[in-house]
Amino acid sequence: MKDDPDKTLPALTRRRFFQGLTLIPVAAALPGCAPGDAPGQAAPRADAGTPYAPQFFTTAEWAFVVAACDRLIPSDEVGPGAVESGVPEFLDRHMQTPYAAGDIWYMQGPFLEAPSEFGYQGKLALRDILRVGIAAFDAQCRQQHQGKTFAQLDHAEQEALLKAAEGGKLELEGISSKLFFSNLLGEVKNGYFADPKYGANKDMGAWKMIGYPGMRADYLDWIGVRDKAYPLPPVDLAGRRG
Amino acid sequence: MALVKPKVDAVIVGMGWTGAILAKELTDAGLHVVALERGGDRDTQPDFAYPNVVDELQGSVHRRYLQSLSQETVTIRHKTSDTAVPYRQMGSFKPGTGVGGAGSHWSGAHFRPLPEDMKLRSNVEERYGKAFIPADMTIQDFPVTYAELEPHLHMFELVCGTSGKAGVINGVVQQGGNPFEGSRSAEYPLGPNPNYLGGELFYKAAKEMGWHPYPIPASNASGPYVNPYGCQLGPCNACGFCSDYGCLNYSKASPNACILPVLRQRPKFELRTHSQVLKVNLDGSRSKATGVTYLDAQGREVEQPADMVLLCAFQLYNVHLMLLSGIGQPYDPESNTGTVGRNYSYQNLNRVVLFFDETVQANGFIGIGGAGTTMDDLNGNQLDNAKAGFVGGGLVWARQPGAGPVRGINVPSGTPAWGAKWKKAAADNFRHNFYYEVQGACMSYRQHYLSLDPTYKDAFGRPLLRMTFDWHPNEIKASQFFVDKAMQMSKVLDPLSMSGDAKKDGERYNITKYQSTHTCGGAVMGADPKTSALNRYLQSWDVSNVFVIGANAFPQNNGYNPTGLVGGLAYWAATAIREKYLPDPGPLVQA
Repeated sequence: MKDDPDKTLPALTRRRFFQGLTLIPVAAALPGCAPGDAPGQAAPRADAGTPYAPQFFTTAEWAFVVAACDRLIPSDEVGPGAVESGVPEFLDRHMQTPYAAGDIWYMQGPFLEAPSEFGYQGKLALRDILRVGIAAFDAQCRQQHQGKTFAQLDHAEQEALLKAAEGGKLELEGISSKLFFSNLLGEVKNGYFADPKYGANKDMGAWKMIGYPGMRADYLDWIGVRDKAYPLPPVDLAGRRG
Repeated sequence: MALVKPKVDAVIVGMGWTGAILAKELTDAGLHVVALERGGDRDTQPDFAYPNVVDELQGSVHRRYLQSLSQETVTIRHKTSDTAVPYRQMGSFKPGTGVGGAGSHWSGAHFRPLPEDMKLRSNVEERYGKAFIPADMTIQDFPVTYAELEPHLHMFELVCGTSGKAGVINGVVQQGGNPFEGSRSAEYPLGPNPNYLGGELFYKAAKEMGWHPYPIPASNASGPYVNPYGCQLGPCNACGFCSDYGCLNYSKASPNACILPVLRQRPKFELRTHSQVLKVNLDGSRSKATGVTYLDAQGREVEQPADMVLLCAFQLYNVHLMLLSGIGQPYDPESNTGTVGRNYSYQNLNRVVLFFDETVQANGFIGIGGAGTTMDDLNGNQLDNAKAGFVGGGLVWARQPGAGPVRGINVPSGTPAWGAKWKKAAADNFRHNFYYEVQGACMSYRQHYLSLDPTYKDAFGRPLLRMTFDWHPNEIKASQFFVDKAMQMSKVLDPLSMSGDAKKDGERYNITKYQSTHTCGGAVMGADPKTSALNRYLQSWDVSNVFVIGANAFPQNNGYNPTGLVGGLAYWAATAIREKYLPDPGPLVQA
């Protein structure tokens, strides 16, 4: 294998022992070894060629999610778009986690109006912000665009609507468009850049685009290098090389 | 009906830095110590083991090493006439939980206070006159001097294997260190860490400004080290997962790596995790604690009687427990009476980001938590406050604790937040920007305080702690001053562009944006029981067998990260307990 990065490094990297620990990722050293997914975190991952079947989003929501992902991070020569990267799959899986159900948020009332410096003070958990937001967004689209949903609009129309939502200028029933947009965008970026085990960032395409070495987590030999770009491709949590 | 456990010599609430230090010192003294930790047990193996620890989604989005706000949080308001609302999502500050507490997910920046910071009010009055201090500013002297604390600050550095370069040893200025620091009794246990690009360029820019740059003291080991307890640290490998994360490498000092390995083997030390302390129990006179009541892992109410109670939780929760338990008199800003909750302060942090072209290899994904470069030319007595027009000093520094893309990618200002232009900017800038931060002091004010919320409750049915805090014109002016200095300095480096986020006039405290976990005060140490909850040994003035150890004791916050002083105060208090309190239990200072 051409890119056996650990062998291209000075011996220092392989010489780090402490209390019997070798800090080279075991999985990285053994390409055939099992992925590092913790029990319970593994979710069905579509085989190549088989489209991912959403479990959280309805068909209508899924159409919105795919269309919005495609505009928020479009595909071009710079790097992969969110859709080809698998971000819709990430979102569908991430919305089924305790995190998206509000696990680490304080969710008790009363829910008071407060200035923006105090953040989101409503009662919806993240997954419901997306769900309520998508329904309201599509309802607004149908009203503005002769019954068409967001996914049925052309790119320019979609971008104009997303921009309006970003600035809080899109009137939605039951939810602030700004709140919905900021949570959607945050989640899209989370998925785009998170480890591939969460469903997106396929082939570590987003990491390669920005030059992030991923989960190597060992840079002592490069901290003082000034005249060369960091040379090694990314490694993911399962030890795969990008 | 509570289960009642057999009485012990001391019960410790919280197993972070101060809890671990006190447990070590008191078991050294032969005491039987029970530690109650609200979170789970954690150790380097398996909890911080590679590769799972370096998962950005888990660490920085799900925040698995931090406190879940669903159980306990605070409410926040800007002023007393507002209604406080809950801190619902983690933002401005990030308290920890579990064994190690915030001491397991800190970065490692490990400063000592300046001697003049310890006597702030008298120093400011002496230099600029009493009238220079705004009427609502309630800053106070610490009731302990730098010289008294020095051996304890030193001890904490020895335990942490702090890596740095001394600037003054026994009164003699040393090359390469901070010439303005208080005199040390010895050099740092380890030399400075290697420097990354931003930290290296800081030297160049700071020298052109006429400043005196030095390596930030960092408790991220620069080499192999064995601390006085026999605990071992290995050299930091610059993995870039410090803040928010436990250390995978036994390199970042933490209670888990530096103290717990010894404590866990002691028969007279008992650690009970998933034990949520609800209150400190007082006797009928309300001047003596009889122990604590907690919920055990099964949710049963348990009473743990003890001769001494040591509150070693995170600053906010120490104050919370005092208020819930009726230890001391709650502070009332109207009448300016009471002490518990008084003098809440924070930290004044802002940032300047410098963007370069693709030939400049900043590599922000590389990180050594506390390490980098800073200078003290605008801190302590080096700053002419009369000329600057505000009270308190601060630092400009280059630090790079490590940044993966889930934690955010800096892009030049004016870049859209999404779409093709954003993507291009993210790709172009990820490896070619670094930032300098300004960390300013934060003064305490009559109207900024902690109290119990009248409406919101935690998962255990108790009132939440309520924070009343906003940016005062003094801190806004300081922010503008320091960011301006950092921008001037950065221009020397000729970046393509830079962006600074100095606070604007009238800017309100924003709880959604991470700034700093350096929440301070609320149960401060002082010489006068009318204006302090604790005496100079961190002993409650009102309940003499309760000691409250943490940043809650700071009468105001200085320009440095608090952990070095927190650890030093913990050893100071522990020494007082061993040498003064245990032979003759009772108030160590007469009110």
